[in-house]
Amino acid sequence: MPEKLFKVHKEEYVMPGNRACSGCGLSLAYRYVLKALRENTILTIPASCLTVLHGLYPITSVGIPCLNCTFASTAASASGLVAGLAAMNRSDITVVAIAGDGGTFDIGIQALSGAAERGTDFIFVCYDNEGYMNTGTQRSSATPMGALTTTTPVLTKQQNKKDMMKIMEGHEIPYLATTSASFPIDLYDKFVKAKRIKGTRYIQIATPCPPGWVFPPKDTVKIGRLAVETGIVVLYEIENGKFRFTGRSKTLAEKGTRTPVIQFVERQGRFKKMSLEQLGQFQRSVDHKWNEYLRRAEA
Amino acid sequence: MSDVQIMTGNQAAAHGVKLCKVQVISAYPITPSTPVTETISQWVERGELKAEYVRVESEHSVMTVCVAASTVGARTFTSTSSHGLLYMCEQLHWAAGSRLPIVLACVNRGVGAPWSIFNDQQDSISQRDTGWIQIYCRDNQEILDSLIQAYRIAEQVYCPVMVCYDGFVLSHTMMPVEIPDADRVGEFLPPYKPHTILSPEDPRNINPVIFPWQRRDAEGVLRDGYMDMRWKLQHALEGSRDVIVEVGREFAERFGRDHGGMLWNYKADDAEVLLVGMGSLATEATMAADLLRESGIRAGVVGIRVYRPFPRAEVREAFQKIPAIVVFEKDISYGYEGALCADIKAALYGTGIQTPLHNYIAGLGGRDVKANELAEAVRASLASIAGGNREQQTWLNCVTE
Repeated sequence: MPEKLFKVHKEEYVMPGNRACSGCGLSLAYRYVLKALRENTILTIPASCLTVLHGLYPITSVGIPCLNCTFASTAASASGLVAGLAAMNRSDITVVAIAGDGGTFDIGIQALSGAAERGTDFIFVCYDNEGYMNTGTQRSSATPMGALTTTTPVLTKQQNKKDMMKIMEGHEIPYLATTSASFPIDLYDKFVKAKRIKGTRYIQIATPCPPGWVFPPKDTVKIGRLAVETGIVVLYEIENGKFRFTGRSKTLAEKGTRTPVIQFVERQGRFKKMSLEQLGQFQRSVDHKWNEYLRRAEA
Repeated sequence: MSDVQIMTGNQAAAHGVKLCKVQVISAYPITPSTPVTETISQWVERGELKAEYVRVESEHSVMTVCVAASTVGARTFTSTSSHGLLYMCEQLHWAAGSRLPIVLACVNRGVGAPWSIFNDQQDSISQRDTGWIQIYCRDNQEILDSLIQAYRIAEQVYCPVMVCYDGFVLSHTMMPVEIPDADRVGEFLPPYKPHTILSPEDPRNINPVIFPWQRRDAEGVLRDGYMDMRWKLQHALEGSRDVIVEVGREFAERFGRDHGGMLWNYKADDAEVLLVGMGSLATEATMAADLLRESGIRAGVVGIRVYRPFPRAEVREAFQKIPAIVVFEKDISYGYEGALCADIKAALYGTGIQTPLHNYIAGLGGRDVKANELAEAVRASLASIAGGNREQQTWLNCVTE
C-alpha cells in the first residue's frame, strides 16, 4: 500500500486549522477528495459539517471555489452551476456537490433525483456519517438500526438504514461508487476515475464520526476499517451497470472471510442500548446484502 | 424595427425574456404562469434563443438553479405563480442575500388552502420581505417593457426583481403589444457584468457561515458581519428607487412608452377622491374613476407600480391635498388590513396628512371586480366619510356574516 501513496497529488487544498472536530472522518476523506479533483473544480455544499469545516467568513480553509447552498438544494445548485458554466463557455470545469447523509438521503433526495434523471454532468458526493451530526446527532434515514441518537434517545433507531446506492442505481447513471475515509487510495482512485466520466456520478463515502458515534477520536481510521472488515460498508463501484468489488472488500470477497459485526458495534457508545435481537438483525441484514453483492460480482 | 402583435401577458413576458438574451432559464410548471416557460422552451429548442434551459423537479430547485447560474455570471430567468413562489420562499431570501440580479415573472394567483388557480396578489405580497424589488404591471405592454427594465435595474443595484402581473386577467388575455427592436434593446441593456464570478481562477467560498460581528480577513482587512450585509441590502433597495425612476425615464426616451417610475397617476390633479391599487385592479380603477366623473365626482387614480421599495416620497406627494383615499387590493395581511393600505398609512405618518382612508379587500381567488362596483364602493365610502367614518375595512362582493 505505501508505494501507492506516491501517486497521490502533492498539493494540499484542505488547510490546517479548519473547524472540523478532532478525529473527523469527513476531514480525512475530504483531503483526498480534493487532491483527486484538483484545481479545475467548483464545489457546492449545503448546510452541513462541511460548511463548518470550510470556516467562517471572511476566512476559509479550503482552496477550491465553493458555493454554499440551502439544505434541500445541493444537486439543484450543481445543476445551476453546470448550466451557468455552459452558458459562459466554461464546460471544462468539473462541478461537484458534496452533502452529508441528511442532505442526500433525506432533505436533498428530490433535487438529487431530479439532477440524476436529467443526466446533469456533475459528481454528487455523499459523506455518510449516519446522522445529523452538525446539529448534534439526530436520527437520519442513514442511521443504522439500534443506534442511539438525540431523537432516538431511549429506544434507539428501530428501522434499517436506507439503501441509497440502490436508489441512485435506479437512475441508470454511468458511475456509482462507495468508499471509505479509512481507505484513502480506494477513495482517491474512484474520484480520479469519476472526474474523467461524463454525466451524473454518485460517490458515497463512509465517514466515522467520533462525537456522534461515541468513540475516541484516535480510533476513526480503525472504526472505518472495521466497518469494511465486517461488511457493513462494502467498497465497490458500478460502472455502466457493471458491479465490481474494490480494495479491501475485493480481498474479503475473494477470501470469503468477514469479521462479525459485533466487533464494530461494541466499540461505539451509540450502540450501547442495541438489543441482542437488533444485533442479530443487523448481522443478518449485512450477510444478506453481502451475498447479494457476491452474486452481482459473479454475474 | 418595431412590430405590433396581439398576444397574452404570458407571451409578452416570454418576448421580454428573449429580447434580454437571457442565458439560463429554469422552469417548473404552475398555472397560470406555465405558458411563459413553454413559449421560451420552443425558442430554445428551435435555436431561436441561445440559452441553457433547465427543466427541474420543483420550484425550490428552479430558484436554486437561477442562484447558482447567476453566481458563475449568467443572466437568468424564471416565472411562477402562487404555491410555486411560496415553495421558492427560502431561495428567494437566498437570492436577495446573495445580491444576484435574477428576474422572476410572478403571475399572480391566490394561495391555498383550499386550492384556487384564480387571480389575487396574496402570493407575491406574502413574499414582500424577501429583499426582492417588486413591480406590478397593469397591461401586457407593461409586462414586456418591465422585464427589460427589470434586468437593467437588477444588474445595476444587484438585487433580484419580481415582475408581477395578474393571472388570467393579464396572463391569458390578448392585447396589442409592441415588440421593440432587438438591437435597440441590446443598446439599452448591455451584457450582465457580475460583481463576483465564482471561478477556479479566483477561488472563493461564497455564502459561508458568518458571525454577527465584523471580522478580519487573512490580510487583516475588517469585513462585514451578518448585520452589516443586511444593512447593505436594505440600503440597495432604498437606493434602487432612483435607479427605477431613471431606467423608466430612459426607457421612455428610447422606446416612447412611459409606465411611470414608482407610481402613476390618472386624472389625479383636480381629484377630490383618489382610488389606489396595483396591477390590473388599478387599471380597473381608472374606468371606475371615469364612471365617477360622469356622475359628478372628481375621482382620480394612483397606481402603485413598485411595491418594494415602497414609493414613500411619491405617496406623500400624491396624497398631499386629497380629501379622501380609497385603497383597493387583492391581498390581506390576516389579523390587520390590506398590506398596501397599511403601507400607505405608514408612509403618511408624521407628514400631517390626516386624510380619511378606506380599504377594500377585493377579488380574492379570482372573484370578479367590475369598474361600476369599484365606483359604487367609492360612493359609499364618500358618504361614510362625510358621516365622520375616517377609517374602514370592507370586503367587496363578499359574504361577511
